Formats: sequence, structure tokens, C-alpha cells
Amino acid sequence: MTVFKGRTKGLTDAKLSYCPGCLHGVAHRLIGESMEELGIIEKTIGIAPVGCSVFAYNFFACDVIQVPHGRAPAVATGMHRARPDRIVFTYQGDGDLAAIGTAETIHAANRSENITIFFVNNATYGMTGGQMAPTTLPGMKATTAPYGRDVSDTGFPMRLCEILSQLEMPNYIERVSLLSPKEILKAKKAVKKALQYNTDGKGLSFVEMISTCPTNWGMDPLKAREWARENMLPIFPLGVFKDRAAEEAKEKEAE
Amino acid sequence: MGKKVLMKGNEAVAEAAILAGCRHYFAYPITPQSELIEYMAKKMPLVDGTFLQAESEVAAINMVLGAAACGVRVMTSSSSPGISLKQEGISYIAASRLPAVIVNVTRGGPGLGNIAPMQCDYFQATRGGGHGDYYTPVLSPSTVQEFADMAPMAFEIAEKYLTPVMILGDGMLGQMMEPVEFPDAYPPQKDPSEWALGARRTPDDRHIINSLYIDPYVLQEKTETLFKVYEEIKKNETRFETYNMDSGAKYLIVAHGTAARVAKSAVDALKEEGVELALIRPITLWPYPYDAVAEAAKGKEKVITIELSMGQMVEDVKLAVCGECPVEFIGKAGGVVFTPEEIVSLIREKIS
Ligand SMILES: Cc1ncc(C[n+]2csc(CCOP(=O)(O)OP(=O)(O)O)c2C)c(N)n1
Ligand code: SF4
Ligand SMILES: [Mg+2]
Repeated sequence: MTVFKGRTKGLTDAKLSYCPGCLHGVAHRLIGESMEELGIIEKTIGIAPVGCSVFAYNFFACDVIQVPHGRAPAVATGMHRARPDRIVFTYQGDGDLAAIGTAETIHAANRSENITIFFVNNATYGMTGGQMAPTTLPGMKATTAPYGRDVSDTGFPMRLCEILSQLEMPNYIERVSLLSPKEILKAKKAVKKALQYNTDGKGLSFVEMISTCPTNWGMDPLKAREWARENMLPIFPLGVFKDRAAEEAKEKEAE
Repeated sequence: MGKKVLMKGNEAVAEAAILAGCRHYFAYPITPQSELIEYMAKKMPLVDGTFLQAESEVAAINMVLGAAACGVRVMTSSSSPGISLKQEGISYIAASRLPAVIVNVTRGGPGLGNIAPMQCDYFQATRGGGHGDYYTPVLSPSTVQEFADMAPMAFEIAEKYLTPVMILGDGMLGQMMEPVEFPDAYPPQKDPSEWALGARRTPDDRHIINSLYIDPYVLQEKTETLFKVYEEIKKNETRFETYNMDSGAKYLIVAHGTAARVAKSAVDALKEEGVELALIRPITLWPYPYDAVAEAAKGKEKVITIELSMGQMVEDVKLAVCGECPVEFIGKAGGVVFTPEEIVSLIREKIS
């Protein structure tokens, strides 16, 4: 991995508490760098979820609040309504965003709140020790799916970008991956674009990052990335699902 | 004071909140608080405020959490089942030391119960309600005027002690009409820039709001600090009203909210028959006026607690009276409110 090019002012000096090789650190880094490059650290408020990234308030250099499991999009809504001049983002795992917080996610997206949601999909409940998440892959083992996820019993992995892009109002929805340096560079562009849209008041921006959980998957970090490439990317295809601001700009140009 | 207007309790508390400078309101519809959410829907846009109908009470209270964290006056309202859903958020708001106002226009329970006025959420309101070691100051109005007056009072207490505050009305107070007067001036908001998010005073003034303390010793210290605040609240904010106290009455009635209205009418009616009753009405249910109830019970033959429930506040009355004299209970479940005649005869039974 070659993305680490010195410190970013967007992150504090605190040592990250993630497992070695965990991609949460990379996701943090991309957000920190983007805040720094956009010059918005001081006017940004981050929202830490419940999950491995619960301690994100120690790491992001902006103001941060830690909130109840799954409720970050609702908290972000209240914040954005109270301080429309601030940049508000949530940072959420798949259990947080796509299980317990599904309603808050869908409705904040439907209202196209001017907030940014960073969604780190590692196909598991990392923090609580590898239970089944709504994104756990078919057949994938989890501590609460010890025989592998049986989709006829527990449903198919939920694709949040696809679900949310059915809504009329959200501005920007993209799925990126953190599995290789090249993909990380691309992810950085999406993260920065999302925060730029937020700064410009364009409405909801949503960036899903395909990640790994080497610890609970029981793999070394490199193997985990390979495994994710082979197994997650076919189910969670990368790409831009919605970019209303770009479309509108294109339409204007055509006129 | 402005001129008197005839208003429903639900509307009066909403209007008072707006006059007190509340510009952010998030809620989910539920009877019998509908007039409140509808009033806010109508009025907030006219004062450039935020009215947002949330997707659930869970979302609404978390929107409140977000707005409160940004240091604005924010309110939500609901009724019993909706308040149950808000409890997780209220616990976080209490733990995060944020000011917010929650209006609970209670109804019949448990379960879906009904939409009739009941006081059966006393335990939930006064014992924290959600998870963890915390309390929420609870104000209990007994007139529409008092319901309105409690909005600015609730914001003041919330901001002074950095705590959520609940106004515990009921379906009766919410829906009945009475004349209300609104004051011309309201307490200004306390400056939140010391702790609010998005309020840096210098470039390095990074604000964090959190309720997670992995180290048990740190959580212990934080909780002890919270309880020191509660001691201050108990000392400064305990409120009650007494009625017919100097009559030499042998009996003391304890009732709050709507039940206190009915009880007051019974005190008056029995006075005409030559029977004196003293009445104490707790205005804050937490902190509970234990000392005042104990003092009022001194030398009485009997204390009678009246509630629109199967008996919840009566436990606090017993704690206050502490065996000095018998404590009896008159109550009703289901949302059935006593008629004045009925309450008079029930009291007569207890004292004959
Ligand atoms: C209301 C509530 N329910 C359950 C939990 C326990 N819990 C903590 S983290 C977590 C799952 C987090 O998984 P995810 O959001 O995918 O984040 P990750 O740790 O994988 O990054 C759960 C269930 C909780 N803290 N609060
Ligand atoms: S448990 Fe998994 S997601 Fe959590 S820090 Fe460790 S590797 Fe990362
Ligand atoms: Mg996860």
C-alpha cells in the first residue's frame, strides 16, 4: 500500500485502534485527506457510529459526535438542519447502516439531506466478533451463521447503493473499493467529490467502500483482500449509481 | 403579558416553545399529541424554523440529538408508545450532556392501550426511562397555562444543567381548551459555544460529544459527575404547589397533573360539607418533592394519593411519608377520568 504519504491534518495524532491490515484506517485516511484538501476541517462535523469505528471521534480532526447504533443519518439530519453552514458526514458500517439503521438511511436519502454518508461494507459485524451482517455473502460463515449464510433463510446480501438509487432525490451514490492502491485512488476521488457536493449544498452523497475484516474472516490482510475481490465484487459491483449534479451540469451544457 | 387567548394545551405548549426561541422541532404523529405536531408544521415555517416529520420516534429523537449537539433550542413531542421508542435516544442525550425538551402527552397503556388520558407513564418518566444510570427532570402541568409556561422553564433547566427535560402532560391537558396568556419576554438561550459542535472559538477548539467510556473508572467518574449535577437539580429545581394547607385538615391528598385538578375540585366540594383536606401537588415529578410531601404529611391521620393509573406515584409518596401515617391510593386504569362526584365519594370512603 503506497497511499500513506505523511500525515494529513484531517486526522489527529492518535494511534488508530483498528486491527493490523484493517481497511477502516484507509477509509479514515481518505476522508481526512479530502477534508484537508477542501479546507473544511474546521467546519465539518463527523458522526461516529456503533461498530469498530465507534472511536472515530479520536481520529478525525473535525468536530465529532458518537451516536446510537444505526441512527447516524437521523442525527446528521438534525445537525444539518441546525447548522446548514456546516459539513456533516456519517461514517457507518454495514450492520449499523443496513440492518438496525435501514429506516434512518433510506429516509435521510429520500429527503436528500445535505449530508454525506460513508458506508464501510466489510460483510460482517466486526466489532461484536463476526456475526452475520445484512451484507454477509451467500454461504459465508459468521458466528451467527455457523453453517454459512443460507439465503433461503436469511435473505440475500443487501445492496444499499442499488436500493438507494431507486429513490428520486439523492444526489450522488457510488460504490468504490479499498482493495488495491489503484482502487484506493479512485475511492479517494469519490470521497472528495462527495464532500465537495456537500460543501456545494447539492444534497445527499453516499459512498460505499468495499472493505475487509481480516480478523473476523480469519485471514491475513492480503488474503482478505483477494477473497473480497473474488467474492464481494461480483455481488457488490463498483460504479456510480447516481450523480444528479453531474447530469444536471451536462444537461445545462447541452442547452 | 399579552392578551388572553383560548387554546388547547397541545397548541399552547407549542406556541410557548416558539416564543421561547425554539426553532427546531422533530416529531412523528401520534394521538393525543397531534395538535402539537400540526401546530408546529403550520408555525415553524413562518418563523424560519425547522419542522420535520421524522420517519419514526426513534429518528425524531436522534434528530433532536443532532440539533442539540449543535447548540440550538430543540424540541420533540410524542405520546406514550412513541416515548418508549425515544428512550434510547434520551439516554444518549442525558449521557452526552445535551439540552433538549421532550413533551409527552400521555395516553392509556400498556401496549397500544388507547388514546384516553392516563398517568401510567410516571415510572418511565421519573426513573430515567432508558438504559443506564440517569434521570430526566420531569415537569407536570395541571392547567393549559402551566403547560405553556413550562416550555421556557424546560429550556432553562435543560440549558442550565445540560440535560434533557420532559414535560409530562396527558391527553386531557393536551386537548382541552383554556385561556392562556403568553409573557412578552422569555429567558434567552445560554451560550453553548463552550461545548457545541460546529462552534469552534479558535482553530484548535475541537469539540467532541461522546457517551462511550471503555475504562470503567472513567465511566464511574463521569457518572458521579452527572449525579452531582442531579444533586444541584434536586436542590434548586424541586417544585410543588400546596392547597388548603392551613385549614387544620386531618387528611392530605397528593396528586399531580390532571388528577390534581380533579382532587382540587374535591377539596373544594368537601370543604362545603365541613370536611377539610390539604392538598399537595408535585410540579416536578423528578426531582420529587419528598421533603415537602413529608412535611405536609406531618400530623395527618392519612395520606391519600390520587392518580389516573393503578398506582405509580404512590410509591414516591410512601417513600416521602416513610411510615409516619397510612398512605392510601385512589386510582383508575384505562383512561377513565374521575367525575367530581365520584372522586368526592371515593375520598369520603377513605376517610370515614
Ligand atoms: C442498540 C444496539 N444494539 C446492538 C449493539 C451491539 N453492536 C455493537 S457494534 C455492532 C455491529 C457493528 O457492525 P458494523 O456496523 O458492520 O461495523 P463494523 O464493526 O463491522 O465496522 C453491534 C451489533 C449496540 N451497541 N447497540
Ligand atoms: S474487527 Fe475487523 S473491521 Fe474491526 S478493526 Fe478488526 S479487522 Fe477492522
Ligand atoms: Mg461491518
